[in-house]
Amino acid sequence: MITFSKQQLKIPRLQRPVYMVTAGQSKFDRAIPDKRTEELCIEAFTMAARLLDISPAELKQYIHSCYYGHFADHFGDQLLGEAIIHDRLGLDPLGNVGVKTGGATGGSTLWEGMKAVASGYSDCVLVMGWERMDEVPTDEGNFLISCAADKDWESPLGHIYTGYYAVMAQRYWQVFGKSEESFRRTLAEISVKHHGYARFNPFAQSPMDITVDDVLNSPVVAYPLRALDCCLMSVGAACAILCDEDTADKLTKNSKNKPLRTWVSAGSHTLRPADRLDMEIPLLPNETEDQYKDLGERFPGGDRYPGFTGFLAARMAAYYAYGMAGITDPTEDLDVVELHDAFTISDVQTYEDIGIRPYGYGREYVESGDCYHTNPHTGQPGKLPSNLSGGLIGCMHSVGATGIMQAFEIGLHIWKRWEELHGDEKIWKDFNREKPGDWTNLQVENARRGMAISHAGVGSHVTSTILMDPDYLIK
Amino acid sequence: MSMFGQVYVKDNKYKPKGTFHHMTANTPIRDADNGWKLLGITNPRDMTYMHSYGGEAVFFESLSQGKLMASRCDSAGCGQEGTVYMPFRIHCPDCLGKNSVIDLTETAKKTARIHTYMVCERSGAFNILDKPIKFINIEFDGVATILMSYLSIGDPEFGLKVVPIFKTSGPTFTILDLSWVADGTPEADLPEGFSF
Repeated sequence: MITFSKQQLKIPRLQRPVYMVTAGQSKFDRAIPDKRTEELCIEAFTMAARLLDISPAELKQYIHSCYYGHFADHFGDQLLGEAIIHDRLGLDPLGNVGVKTGGATGGSTLWEGMKAVASGYSDCVLVMGWERMDEVPTDEGNFLISCAADKDWESPLGHIYTGYYAVMAQRYWQVFGKSEESFRRTLAEISVKHHGYARFNPFAQSPMDITVDDVLNSPVVAYPLRALDCCLMSVGAACAILCDEDTADKLTKNSKNKPLRTWVSAGSHTLRPADRLDMEIPLLPNETEDQYKDLGERFPGGDRYPGFTGFLAARMAAYYAYGMAGITDPTEDLDVVELHDAFTISDVQTYEDIGIRPYGYGREYVESGDCYHTNPHTGQPGKLPSNLSGGLIGCMHSVGATGIMQAFEIGLHIWKRWEELHGDEKIWKDFNREKPGDWTNLQVENARRGMAISHAGVGSHVTSTILMDPDYLIK
Repeated sequence: MSMFGQVYVKDNKYKPKGTFHHMTANTPIRDADNGWKLLGITNPRDMTYMHSYGGEAVFFESLSQGKLMASRCDSAGCGQEGTVYMPFRIHCPDCLGKNSVIDLTETAKKTARIHTYMVCERSGAFNILDKPIKFINIEFDGVATILMSYLSIGDPEFGLKVVPIFKTSGPTFTILDLSWVADGTPEADLPEGFSF
């Protein structure tokens, strides 16, 4: 579809407000051979209850239906794994459903849970996601991930997803990056930032103190993308509890957590980038009609949209979410974001798709220092910090859990509990990880509003989850 | 030695022959740091699937005959009428009518050029292409979409004119039977089994 009807562009309307009241997560790692998936899910659920100062059994009393995100059955060689988790959480005979949209599975699971509460079907739901990517070696894992490309037309060409992003990186670099080495270094800076922030996150799988040159000297996977440009392959679980207003008030009565207004939206585009027809750029509220008329003159070759440089699915998810939440300029209206940095290049592409920067200028978000917790050029707080968890490059990508982990991180900033959950010596010790001597509190001061972007395939599904302190709504 | 699974279709039913799975014993996974206690088990699995190309079968069959087939929406009044698709689409994504199959071979030989590319140093398990793999995404005159494939001979760059080659000898009947070389490559240099 390259033109839209009025009906298709309708801003979604919820029947009643939805709130995220708590969330939790397990440790994330490349392999967790001493625990079954259900143990990780129970850890996440127990944390969610603890943050409300109630027991898991008490929290379960409120839950009416359950939404489970788990993408890759073939990784764990277990169909209907949702039924196992549901049973082990002791939630039978409540209704439950599995959700699968590739890398966006976590976000899509939040989308389903939100709709259940907004419609009145349930007053309180469990949204739980996990992935178990350690049951095969990495080569076989890359093969299994590549099965999420078109198996007749794309997967046989390398059986490695990085390749499908590398052609985007090449095109973006030559067109919008004007083939400048400085653009390649900006991509590398993203990896440095995310591995660096992971050092302050006890849940994170890949904390690293590295430099841009380390990234540029890491092994080539699919040129121009190198090993340190790529996300992790992970094991872990994350969950969130979504409620209507009355239930949210009851559950948070004795807790530091404040119910957070929650909106989730979704967009999609063809699984094969090959099939993406040239079209007009759909505009976000902070863009103007003539803004992109001369894009091809400013960036020769940049006039095909979305081509191999943009993600229409992300743009549509942002369009719906901003409309629901009243956002007109994400950089001004939001305080913190978690973006789906599957690869350094897709992180930059997403800045443009969701309107943090105009198309063609994504690199400025990094180069300005706006994306940092503390702007390295000014020493002042970053204008819109991103991926303080470490993101998919530094923290984890246990696929079904990823979008939920991102929402949890945003929630911790708004609840002002980031330090409590990331600085606690006991958590570091329980995970057998060493808290660095220069550990830094990345709490975003006065965070009121945040967003998480969850993304699948080469942009086949994208969701946007917006969380806001209800005392600081925009509309 | 058992025969690997092979299949044909008769009366619209699969007729499998040979062995579609191979048995391998489970083995225990033990913890070397903890007194070699049991942690888990390996689950070997070797299984052959049967996959239908359905309405795309003509595309894959044609590769083995040296032809590149595309499809076109010819539905009168459809917003995409006249749009040519490569990759081949069985149905128009707009009107959902059945597309016409067209021969794109000559157009490809005359107008194919690289839109973007990358050079892949690693691959996942089961991949049979030699590394480095030069992925290319190809534009054609008059075609609305951009095909992903691989370059067998030449150094990829934006706009480079390329021509298709086909594995007409010993075809695999997969997308790997289609590859590309830089325009001007002599036939004698083509990889084994491929021809223009």
